[in-house]
Amino acid sequence: MPHRRLTGSRIREKRLDQGLRQAAVAQAVGISPSYLNLIEHNRRRIGGKLLSDLARVLGVDTTLLTEGADSDLLDQMRAAAAIAGDMAEVARAEELAARYPGWSRLIAAQARRLAALEDRVQALNDRMAHDPQLSAALHEVISAVTAIRSSSSILVGPEELDDDWQRRFHENIHNDSVRLAASSEALIAYLETPDAEEDAGFTAYERVEKHLEQSGFHLPDLEVSESDVPAYVAASGLSGAAAQLLERFAIRYAADAHAMPLTEFELVCRATGYDPARLADRFGAPLDAVLRRISGLPRGQGHPPSGLVICDSSGASLFTKPVPGFALPRTGGACPLWPVFGALSRPNQPLRVEVVLPSVPSPRFLCYAIAVPVASPRFDAPPVLHSTMLVLPDPPQGEASPVEVGVSCRICPRATCQSRREPAIAGVTLQSAL
Amino acid sequence: MGKRVLLIEDEPNIIEAISFILSRDGWTVHTHEDGETAMDKIAKMPPDMIILDVMLPGRSGFDILRDLRNHTASKDIPVMMLTARGQEKDRELALRLGANHFMTKPFSNSDVRDHVRSLMEA
Repeated sequence: MPHRRLTGSRIREKRLDQGLRQAAVAQAVGISPSYLNLIEHNRRRIGGKLLSDLARVLGVDTTLLTEGADSDLLDQMRAAAAIAGDMAEVARAEELAARYPGWSRLIAAQARRLAALEDRVQALNDRMAHDPQLSAALHEVISAVTAIRSSSSILVGPEELDDDWQRRFHENIHNDSVRLAASSEALIAYLETPDAEEDAGFTAYERVEKHLEQSGFHLPDLEVSESDVPAYVAASGLSGAAAQLLERFAIRYAADAHAMPLTEFELVCRATGYDPARLADRFGAPLDAVLRRISGLPRGQGHPPSGLVICDSSGASLFTKPVPGFALPRTGGACPLWPVFGALSRPNQPLRVEVVLPSVPSPRFLCYAIAVPVASPRFDAPPVLHSTMLVLPDPPQGEASPVEVGVSCRICPRATCQSRREPAIAGVTLQSAL
Repeated sequence: MGKRVLLIEDEPNIIEAISFILSRDGWTVHTHEDGETAMDKIAKMPPDMIILDVMLPGRSGFDILRDLRNHTASKDIPVMMLTARGQEKDRELALRLGANHFMTKPFSNSDVRDHVRSLMEA
């Protein structure tokens, strides 16, 4: 059982964190240093009173030593700490998560919400600054106000006006006031639309992913031969940009389902050990479609868990299906060593790479990635590429060493990584992560 | 006959109001509503001063100003820009392109009158 096996590693980590000598701790709990050494290297099982005594000497809960903390939650907490600079004691994140899991989840949830709200503020800023419709609406309002102000100033000014001029300026003011009322109403309606449409705090991509998550990213409505995409999107309850993104996803899902019918696809998956290349051969389908199809297999049918990432040439995430232990940030700043990014430099070249994260218990993933053009080639423009990566956790141990990757530089302890963009925040060390 | 002011603006009621106050102040006001043909109008009847809106149909006031300053015949004509966009970057752009003054809408009639006098007498 992995947790039990790693209890010794956690004991060693906590002892080293506190600068305690092995002999001193062993003496404090009444065992020999060599026996403690065996425990720390996971070569002796530990439990009961001895575990409680060690936890007491190390000043931690026994659950922290036996269970550790959820690695996804730890990643999210470290990401939250990264937002705030060097404020938090990152090295003690696991301790916090083990002692106060509810508060820790709250920190992670608030950090996610903060990131989503910042994205929304940015989107609204862009809209205010660059939206031609808004610019035209404001121009209309200000023009009407200017005309009214000038005309009314003339009417109340000291100069004598004959009846004709008075009548003309009164008419102008009336006409401009009607125009102002209409343009103001249009402007208010335009500004109110996003609030009615948007699910506050989430980007359109996140709302689509939340919706898909409800069905485990498997969509039975789109598995049938004559699937009705518009009806599916309408039934989702999403609107605005999220509905458009969902429609795009659903059209592609239905096409994949048509090319690789579910029953047969499941059979071949099991027969080939979920080998994307063999599945692509069998169905005559593109590899990126096969990767998407594997990630959309139904839950509860004995299929292995899988994650999926699709990004564009800038590395911006277009789609993320999470899987435990795998948490690439959505908005930039991700570790560039993930194969999904490497594939972008070699379009149409499939990659099969085993990777390992620097967190307890060093989770490994098998990644299949390929970047393919998604638009017609042009002589005067670079290709429009989308890179797709399937992520399968806990693969059988391969012969080659896995590639060491991270989540993002600010929370990555790999100090000597050549791909590092920026230093990690204080407290993130290999010791704290491992 | 007073000096000629060319008002290039596409809002009819703003045209009427500005024309009225400047005429009463002694200037001869000509108007033009289209950005695309504004340079032709200026070439045919060079004014003593131009009041130029930024957002015009066909061509922006900034483009017209750039052309004005690139032509020998028009490079010294005083230009007062009008815009509904009061952003600092627009003001900087207008002044960099050679505008003599930059006024944001909604403006007061007295400001328009005072700045026209000031530019004409400079």
